[in-house]
Amino acid sequence: MLRATVKSLLARKLRLVLSGLAVLLGVMFVSGSFVLTDALGRSFDNMFSSAMAETDVLVAADPAIDVSELEGEAVPGLLRSADRDTVAAVPGVAGVVGEVQADGARVIGADGKVVTSFGPPRFGANWTGETGGLELREGRGPSADDEIAINVTLAELSKLKVGDRVGVLTTKPKQMFTLVGVFGYEGGLPGRGPVHEVRFTEPVAQELMLGTPGAYTSLSVTAAPGTDPAALRDAIRGALGDGYQVQTGAEAAAAIADGFKEALSFFNNILLGFAGVALFVGTFLILNTFSIIVAQRTKELALSRALGASRRQVIGSVMVEALVIGLVAAVLGLAAGVGVGALLAEVAASFSSLVLAGIGLPLAAVISAFVVGIGVTMIAALLPAVRASRVPPVAALQEVATPDRPLTKLTVSGTVLGALGTGAIAYGLATDGDAVLWLLLGGVLAAFVGVALLSPALARPAVSVLGRLFSWSVPGKLGRLNSGRNPRRTAITAAALMVGVALITGVNTIITSADRSLRGDATDAFQADLIISGQGSPGMLPTFDEALLPKMRELAGVRSVAAEYNEQAVIDGEPRMATAVTDLPTVVQDFSLVAAAGVLSQPAPGEVVVGESYAADSGLAVGDTVTARLPRGEPTTFRIIGMYQATPFYGGFIFGPDIVPGMRTPAPSFAYVRLADGADAAAARKGLEALLVDSPEMLVEDTGQFLDRELGESAQLLLMIQVLLGLAILIAVLGVINTLALSVLERTRELGLLRAIGLSRAATMRMVTVEAVVITVFGALLGVAVGIGLGAAVVQGLADEGLKELAIPWSQVGVYLVLGALVGVLAAVLPATRAARINVLSAIAHD
Amino acid sequence: MTSQVSDAPAAGAGAAARAADLWKVYGSGEAQVIALRGVNVELERGRFTAIMGPSGSGKSTLMHCLAGLDTATRGQISVGDTALTGLDDGGLTRLRREKVGFIFQQFNLLPTLTAEENILLPLAIAGRKPDPEWYRTVITTVGLADRLTHRPSQLSGGQQQRVACARALVSRPEVIFADEPTGNLDSRSGAEILNFLRRSVTEHGQTIVMVTHDANAASHADRVIFLADGQIVDELTAPTADAVLDRIKRLDAAPVAGAAE
Ligand SMILES: Nc1ncnc2c1ncn2[C@@H]1O[C@H](COP(=O)(O)OP(=O)(O)OP(=O)(O)O)[C@@H](O)[C@H]1O
Ligand SMILES: [Mg+2]
Repeated sequence: MLRATVKSLLARKLRLVLSGLAVLLGVMFVSGSFVLTDALGRSFDNMFSSAMAETDVLVAADPAIDVSELEGEAVPGLLRSADRDTVAAVPGVAGVVGEVQADGARVIGADGKVVTSFGPPRFGANWTGETGGLELREGRGPSADDEIAINVTLAELSKLKVGDRVGVLTTKPKQMFTLVGVFGYEGGLPGRGPVHEVRFTEPVAQELMLGTPGAYTSLSVTAAPGTDPAALRDAIRGALGDGYQVQTGAEAAAAIADGFKEALSFFNNILLGFAGVALFVGTFLILNTFSIIVAQRTKELALSRALGASRRQVIGSVMVEALVIGLVAAVLGLAAGVGVGALLAEVAASFSSLVLAGIGLPLAAVISAFVVGIGVTMIAALLPAVRASRVPPVAALQEVATPDRPLTKLTVSGTVLGALGTGAIAYGLATDGDAVLWLLLGGVLAAFVGVALLSPALARPAVSVLGRLFSWSVPGKLGRLNSGRNPRRTAITAAALMVGVALITGVNTIITSADRSLRGDATDAFQADLIISGQGSPGMLPTFDEALLPKMRELAGVRSVAAEYNEQAVIDGEPRMATAVTDLPTVVQDFSLVAAAGVLSQPAPGEVVVGESYAADSGLAVGDTVTARLPRGEPTTFRIIGMYQATPFYGGFIFGPDIVPGMRTPAPSFAYVRLADGADAAAARKGLEALLVDSPEMLVEDTGQFLDRELGESAQLLLMIQVLLGLAILIAVLGVINTLALSVLERTRELGLLRAIGLSRAATMRMVTVEAVVITVFGALLGVAVGIGLGAAVVQGLADEGLKELAIPWSQVGVYLVLGALVGVLAAVLPATRAARINVLSAIAHD
Repeated sequence: MTSQVSDAPAAGAGAAARAADLWKVYGSGEAQVIALRGVNVELERGRFTAIMGPSGSGKSTLMHCLAGLDTATRGQISVGDTALTGLDDGGLTRLRREKVGFIFQQFNLLPTLTAEENILLPLAIAGRKPDPEWYRTVITTVGLADRLTHRPSQLSGGQQQRVACARALVSRPEVIFADEPTGNLDSRSGAEILNFLRRSVTEHGQTIVMVTHDANAASHADRVIFLADGQIVDELTAPTADAVLDRIKRLDAAPVAGAAE
């Protein structure tokens, strides 16, 4: 039986190559993401351990505000010079270097614009000499308070030269410095990772970055010769007492690297999710291929049954075929995955000044490649294998008589599964807890399989309606008839395409609805004429000088300016955002806030207002007190004087300006400007922009511009998701090619006949193309319908969270359908060429 | 098209298809097969010609070359007033579409189309409308009036061949080529088809060339051409079944005698 299997494998090369390719692509994605994250992870290890090479013990304070990974970055606590003295006095300590380092040093480049960063921090630090691998490349370190040095990364981006006068924005408004040096790191690196670095003298760094003279963010301790770092760590820990984090250099390096790796593994999971989608689509393709192979081999299988092969042997022979394909695809996919992973790691490293630690082959990549590759193939082949075993021996003697099996069973089970899936999604959206994600995932999966099972029943009417579009020409009509010939095959091919299109449409529907809801709310609520806000990096809202506020209010045409400050805080023990405003009644008007209890007057020192739903969750009422601590302040009690109905823009605590001194950057990040009636808006805007000349990150916009910019990010997210789901669509296209190639093969004689009676080559190609387009448009239609359904379900489920409006992105849906047709044309190219090349004679020769 | 046929000269007036010094060589070197070696033949208009000969003698090859399905290695071929030599695929396709009709031994019909759609397919491909009167004549002669909406799978083998005949006739081609059209049929269905072909020649002046192994079938023709080893070795006009059988026997004996010499 084995030899027969191998022979039949070889005889079906094309089909196997195509379905193997589907598995291969999926496996490549899976193992590639493991290889990538492994290589980057080890590179981070190397980077941080070399950064810590001269540090035996690292001392830091407990975070001022500790937040979970998902909520943002923790606010580091500060060490004082007294702490440094304590550490220096510990026996075995040879030296202590106090380090100041904080994100938020924004350099104004040679072009007058703030040098932006897409994620990596822009550190401001103190100059500690050429230690920890730092190497001066040009000039010297800063020695006067108006001098700075910057790293090569920043020097290249800013195009600044030694000797230039440079403006730097920090927690304080812009200050001017002289650039005296440019530095890199050992090994010729421009920086430690992609960060930007500005080094000040120590007092300036403490003042500008920490707002606290004499403070440090960490102490780097070198041990006296012969002192064990671990023992020294324990000694320092003992000397300092509670409230400190003391680690050996190696521990600290590992801890920092772990933080990065956690982010990497999150990234890895996202990639694996997309790989999962691709493999799910690949399953359809394999299932289809094996069904076709089994159908084609009916006689052969029946003959072997007649000759005494058992059912088990028949199943075995199909499964061995699947095993071989899965194995080959896994091996090749793994190899391709290593290649792709290595390539991506190379790209990532060159973008982030990382020394790549070398590409390895993590065990996870190998195991997942084989489990996924072989598993997916075998599971997909199981159904066709069982069907093959049911072929009665008598089929060997009959003329090919495979009556169209009724679709009732499929349709019923599809309906049931689809209903179950929809139910799971609905339930998942309505509940909270750990099960939600699984319910949603399972629900979507069940819905997809359900629709896939329903699709053969839908294929007939859909294909006949769709096909009418092409029926005006003979090739078009023939193509339409051909696509309706095997509803199962058409349906499963289309269903594979459906998955990708449905996910893209679903995500788009959700994003569009969120966008529309927010925009709708905002347009209703925003009463301010102009909004001053900044474009910052994640977790860092740009700010402007408080001192500008009175000048803004004095501008001609400006009626009022309400400033808003934002900072992380700990309120009643929980990390929260704290907002402070200078003029609450104006903000109430500008944002149409509605009082729910108490009053919404400007909070006096020691007073606060809070969003009603937040207060309800925390069991707070007007008159209650809360304790708030800001990063640079002491715990203080505040009395709740009012509550307001939450909007998408405000929902939490709003304080008066009395909390501002406790902020790391005691400066406003937003201002809402109202103009006097009949004021010249353009002139007012010019005036505001002129005042903000030293804050190049701040923009003066009207409500529409502000929203367009803020919501523009969702378009980028959508684009990225579409690109990643493109893989699933690519695999579906392989399926279309596969099905068409098969149709052409099966209909060699018909094609020969048609050519004999005068169908031209071009018309033959058109016929095959129409068949392809009908299939892909059917798939795209299914996908769009399912996607809108899923999107609508999610929007419905999230109605409480502010998704009030279901907005279907019709124009993009139209684009998807057109793309579906294009994909069909593309997929048809090869099979159609093949069809046109068919030798008329060999096709009609009767064998 | 209609005018083209009505303008067509009466029986015997000129050739519907012609081959001069036609050679067909398959493969090269060791594997070389010479299927046709210098065939000269003229198929008169409005006549029913049968081609006979032992298996492998080149009957099908000759027909395929004449019909523009295959290209000759050497020699001239023309159908009507069109010379086939040097025509590209598009030209050959147009020739088949406009001047030639086919009836194969089996698998003549597209399973997705009804009998009527199959019959009208060549016209549809050419973008022409059928002449309604002629169409009705063809349908009634083949006796398919009540089967037009059936699909091939719902028709018997004989009925399928009749549909194929109707399809070949409906566009009134210069010449119809039939390669063993009755090869797969029982003698009664076969006789129906042959009678039908005969009548379309006699009553409507259609030119038909038919390859057959059956002396009985050949006796329906006006003329029988005998092929052996890629050459025309003999021919008979107004054949009877007995005369054909007699000739075959003689031809069978001849090469053997020649080989013995
Ligand atoms: N494509 C081809 N390649 C090589 N040789 C071929 C090819 N087609 C036909 N032949 C050879 O050419 C010769 C003539 O074949 P042809 O099919 O014309 O015979 P035939 O007279 O129609 O036979 P039959 O009565 O069996 O149909 C045979 O020897 C055959 O093997
Ligand atoms: Mg033959």
